[in-house]
Amino acid sequence: MAGQGTTTAPQESGREMQARTEPARRRVIGPGLRTFLIFAVLVGLGALIFPSSYFYRVGTLVWINTLAVTGIVVLLGYVGLVSLGHAGFFAIGAYATAILPNYGIPSPLAMLAGVALAGLLALAVGRPILKLSGYYLAIATLGLGMLIWMVLSKEAWLTGGPDGMVVSGMNARNLFKMVGLKLKSAEAWYWVAGFAAAIGAAIAVNLAGSPSGRALRAIHDSDVAARSLGVDVAKAKSRAFVISALYAAVAGALLALANGYITPETGGFMHSVEMVTMAVLGGASSVFGALVGALILTALPQVLTVFADYEHMVLGGIMVLTMIAMRRGLVPFIVDLWNRRKS
Amino acid sequence: MSELLQFLVSGITVGAIYAAIALGFTLIYNASGVVNFAQGEFVVIGGMTAAALIGAGVPVWIAAPLAVIAGMLVGVLLYRLAIKPAREAPLVSLIIITIGASIFLRGAMQAVFDKQIHRYDGFSGDAPLRVGGATILPQSLWIVGGSIAVFAFLAWFLNRTRAGRGIKATASNRMAAALVGINTGRAMNLSFALSAAIGALAGVLATPVTFTSYDVGVLMALKGFSATMLGGVGSPLGALAGGLLIGLIEALTAGYISSDYKDASAFIVILLVLFLRPQGLFGARITERV
Repeated sequence: MAGQGTTTAPQESGREMQARTEPARRRVIGPGLRTFLIFAVLVGLGALIFPSSYFYRVGTLVWINTLAVTGIVVLLGYVGLVSLGHAGFFAIGAYATAILPNYGIPSPLAMLAGVALAGLLALAVGRPILKLSGYYLAIATLGLGMLIWMVLSKEAWLTGGPDGMVVSGMNARNLFKMVGLKLKSAEAWYWVAGFAAAIGAAIAVNLAGSPSGRALRAIHDSDVAARSLGVDVAKAKSRAFVISALYAAVAGALLALANGYITPETGGFMHSVEMVTMAVLGGASSVFGALVGALILTALPQVLTVFADYEHMVLGGIMVLTMIAMRRGLVPFIVDLWNRRKS
Repeated sequence: MSELLQFLVSGITVGAIYAAIALGFTLIYNASGVVNFAQGEFVVIGGMTAAALIGAGVPVWIAAPLAVIAGMLVGVLLYRLAIKPAREAPLVSLIIITIGASIFLRGAMQAVFDKQIHRYDGFSGDAPLRVGGATILPQSLWIVGGSIAVFAFLAWFLNRTRAGRGIKATASNRMAAALVGINTGRAMNLSFALSAAIGALAGVLATPVTFTSYDVGVLMALKGFSATMLGGVGSPLGALAGGLLIGLIEALTAGYISSDYKDASAFIVILLVLFLRPQGLFGARITERV
C-alpha cells in the first residue's frame, strides 16, 4: 500500500536495493564482523535450546559441515568452479590429525600439517588444470578424490584401512578448563566447531569484498571479460581452489578430533557430492547458503531414518531440481520472495 | 612373454569398454557441448537390466536388446527432464545437473534392483580360447567386436545419414541448423538416445567379464573421461584409441605394479594429459568460444 509512484523502490530488484544500502551499513560494522556476530548468535541459540549431548553432537556436525561448505561457496559460488573431490582434502586434514599424534607430534601441529598438505596438493594439482575450461576441474578432482580415497583404504598399516582409525589426542574440554569453564566433551566441541565456522564465514565474506574477491566474481561472470580487465585468471582461480581446500581440511581435522574416529568414507566420492549438494541447495553465493544447506542435509538424515536407503536419490534429485527451479539456491530464493512481498 | 600377452589381452578387453563409454560421451559433447557426468550410469543400467532379465529366465538374445532400449529410454528422459529445462543455464549449472542425475540414477538402480554384484554367462560360453600362451574369453571378442561396430556405426551414421548430419549441424551451430530447417530438438533427443544406448550396450557386453553393481557408474565415467581426454575431446577416433590405451595402461599397471592401484592409472593419465598435452592425442587445439 506504499502508494504507487511516490517512490521508485518497488521497481528495483532486491539486489539493487542491497547494493544501495550496503555502503551505509559498512560504516557501522564491517560485513565480516557482522557475519561473525550473526553466526555467534546462532551458535549460542543452539546451545540454549539443545536438551542433550546428542543434539550437541549433531550441532557440531552442522557447524563442521558449514565450514567445509563455506570452502565450496568460495570455489563454486564466487568463481563458478565445481570440485568433485573436496572430500579428499577433508580427509587429508582428518587423517593427518589422526595419524601424526601416533608419531609423537602434538594434535595442534598435526592439524596444521594436514591443512598445509591439503593446500599444497591443491596448489600443485590446481595450477595446470585451472588454465583450462570449467569441466576439467570437475573431472580431475573426481579422479584426485578417488585416488586419495584409494590410498586411505588400501594403506592399512598407516590408516587402518577400510575400518578406519581411532583419533587420540586433544579434547576441547581442556581448552575450556583452562579458563575455568567446566563443559561436557560434546558441548565443548560444539562451541569450538561453531567458533571455527563463524571465523570461516567472516573470512569468506571479507574475501568476497576484497579486490581479489571481486576478481573472482568477475571470473564467475566471464573469464574473458575478467582477463581483459587485467585479472590473472588462472592465478585467481588457483588461489580460490587452494582456499577452498584449506576450508575442507580444517573441517576434516575438527571432525577427526570431535568424533574421535574416522573412516576412509570421509574422503569418499559421496561425501564430495554431499558437500556440493549442501552448497547448491542453500545457495552457493553466500555463507548463509552454506549454513542452511549444511543444516538441512545434516539434520534430515537424523529425522528421517528412510533417508539412508534413498540417500543417493535425495541428493541427486536436490541437485537437479535446485538447478532447474531455483538456480541460485534456497537462501537467495527466499530473500527474493521476501523483497517482492515487502514491495 | 605369455604373461605380457595375457595382460595385453585383458587390457584390450577393458579398453574396448572404455572406448565405447568414451564414444557415447563424445557424441553428446559434440551435439550439445554438455559433458555428461551420467554417462557411466548407462553402462550400469545396461548391465543391471540384462542381469535381472537373464536371472528371471529371459534368453540373452531378448534380454540384451531390452537392456539397451532401457538405457536409451533413460537417456531420452535425462535430456527431456533435466538437461532441456536448463538449456540456457551456465556451464557450471549443467555440470551440477548431470552430476545430480548421475547420483540420482545410482540411487534409482539401488532401489529398483539391489546392492549385490551381478554377472551372467558369456554370450558364447565361458570356455577360454588359447592363443599363443594367452587365454581369451569368448566374451572379450564380443566386447571388442561391439566397440568396433559402434565406432563404424557412428562414422556411418554421422556422415552418411540425414539424421546424423542433423546432429553434426546442430553441434556446429544450433541457430544456423534451425534456420535451414533442421529439427534441432530432435537432433538433441537423438544424440542422448544414441549415446545412452551405446553406454548400455557396453554394460551388456562387459558384465560377464567385469561384473556390475549399482555403484560402478562413477568409476566407469572417470575411465571414459580419461579415454576421451587422452584421445582428444570431441574426436571419435581419439575416443577409440584413448579407450584402448587406458585399458592397456590399466592392465599393465595391475600386472606389473600393483592391482590395488590399477584404478589410479586412469587418474594419473588425466593429470599427465592436462600437464603435457591438454588437447589430447588426436584433438584440435582447444579454443574456447566466447
